[in-house]
Amino acid sequence: MGNQSCVKILNEWDIVAARQLGRNVAKELGFGTVDQARITTAISELARNIYLYAGQGQICIEKIYDGGKAGLKIIAADNGPGINDIRQVMEDGFSTSGGLGAGLPGVKRLMDEFDIDSSPGSGTDIIATKWLR
Amino acid sequence: MDFREKMEQEYREILINYLKNQSEQSLYQGQLFSRHTLEQKISPEEIVSLHKSLLLELYPEVPESVLHSFDILLEVMMGYGVAYREHQSLRNKQMELRTEMEIAANVQQTLLGTSIPDVEGLDIGALSVPAKHMNGDYFHFVVDENNCINVAIADVIGKGIPAALCMSMIKYAMDSLPENRNAPNLVLESLNRVVEQNVDPSMFITMFYGMYNPENHTIYYSSAGHEPGFFFQKETEEFSELEARGLLLGIDKKTKYLQFEKEVLPGDMIILMSDGVTECRTEEGFLEKEELIGYIRKYIHLSAQEIVNNIYKDLERLQHFQLRDDFTLIIIRRNV
Ligand SMILES: Nc1ncnc2c1ncn2[C@@H]1O[C@H](COP(=O)(O)OP(=O)(O)OP(=O)(O)O)[C@@H](O)[C@H]1O
Ligand SMILES: [Mg+2]
Repeated sequence: MGNQSCVKILNEWDIVAARQLGRNVAKELGFGTVDQARITTAISELARNIYLYAGQGQICIEKIYDGGKAGLKIIAADNGPGINDIRQVMEDGFSTSGGLGAGLPGVKRLMDEFDIDSSPGSGTDIIATKWLR
Repeated sequence: MDFREKMEQEYREILINYLKNQSEQSLYQGQLFSRHTLEQKISPEEIVSLHKSLLLELYPEVPESVLHSFDILLEVMMGYGVAYREHQSLRNKQMELRTEMEIAANVQQTLLGTSIPDVEGLDIGALSVPAKHMNGDYFHFVVDENNCINVAIADVIGKGIPAALCMSMIKYAMDSLPENRNAPNLVLESLNRVVEQNVDPSMFITMFYGMYNPENHTIYYSSAGHEPGFFFQKETEEFSELEARGLLLGIDKKTKYLQFEKEVLPGDMIILMSDGVTECRTEEGFLEKEELIGYIRKYIHLSAQEIVNNIYKDLERLQHFQLRDDFTLIIIRRNV
């Protein structure tokens, strides 16, 4: 490993830093512009959720390799209030903005793999991966 | 050639043509192109990216700034792309819901099904049509052991699925009434207790219950806040309201109901309905009682079922084929 870099999310401007980090890594791995934009949008949404709901946390970006495949992994982690009903927030049309942002279901669609671990009181960990095709 | 290559080639041709001649024809090709890409669920950001790369390919000398500008466009389009995908998934879900609703409506029809009895000396017509999929109106005929024809017509305050679910319960409560039916007021009192105990406190039901005795040609009836019916007297050719008062089912478990009776002479008619008939909204407001009577008179020479069917057709047209409420109409006529 050792392929991981992280950005702390403390204020709104850190969202941009996280995007920048994600874009750099995506470029290095050879993702095309459309996929770069998808990855950065996913990072934005996750970072914004941390900023809005947990107050603070971090976004880590990791290059991963599996057999011959290369990919980019986003790890969003915070120690905020956690999510009570994960099934509900993963439902389309649930986001509080009424679908103006991608929201968590959007992140799941933008990426290839998505995993969420969250419970009230113990914070939220979200891992999302996109493979280079 | 896979779809992406085909798409690129097609877009390239359209673009080249348009840059050459700016014709409406090429614009039309562009519109058709979007049909293909939508069909293949291509997101808008992909089109932006394709446009940018084709521009660079066709005009290698295109200014950097123009190319960069597409990065912003692509980023803005991302949001639309996500919304587009959400739309697709919601569409699929809506389709599933629709199918489920249709099945539920069929199940309800089977559950609530009642047949119009064929009784010598009586001509009966009945029709109930839901405004949406599920019906919150209900009617029910039973010929009891004494050959009395029992008729119930009910309406749940509320529409759609909750109302329909509630109605299924009423149906079972009615089925479990004793074989030889009690007097209408006692039937309502017993149903009232069921509704009061089992249904959501915000849900109320109106019901008219009538029992026609073919021996003495008298109808005994009670009403729980139901839309008043009409009585047509053949001798005078006059319509009058079937007077009956009573509290809705489900308000107070101790409610008592009054019973009324009316002798039915040859050619007389009893007309029962839900408020979906009288609250049928037209451009001029609600349908007036007089107007409804007018419709009945218009078809009075026909059989009871034909009268009911024709009135439904007329009212449906009057509302521009959009029912706002469930519609139920029953006509019972003593043959001449
Ligand atoms: N990191 C988090 N910590 C605590 N709660 C969270 C976190 N991320 C999401 N949530 C909860 O999940 C809900 C759904 O999040 P999601 O990002 O899908 O939509 P949204 O933020 O409400 O709206 P938008 O569409 O603008 O993103 C949020 O309203 C919030 O209650
Ligand atoms: Mg959000």
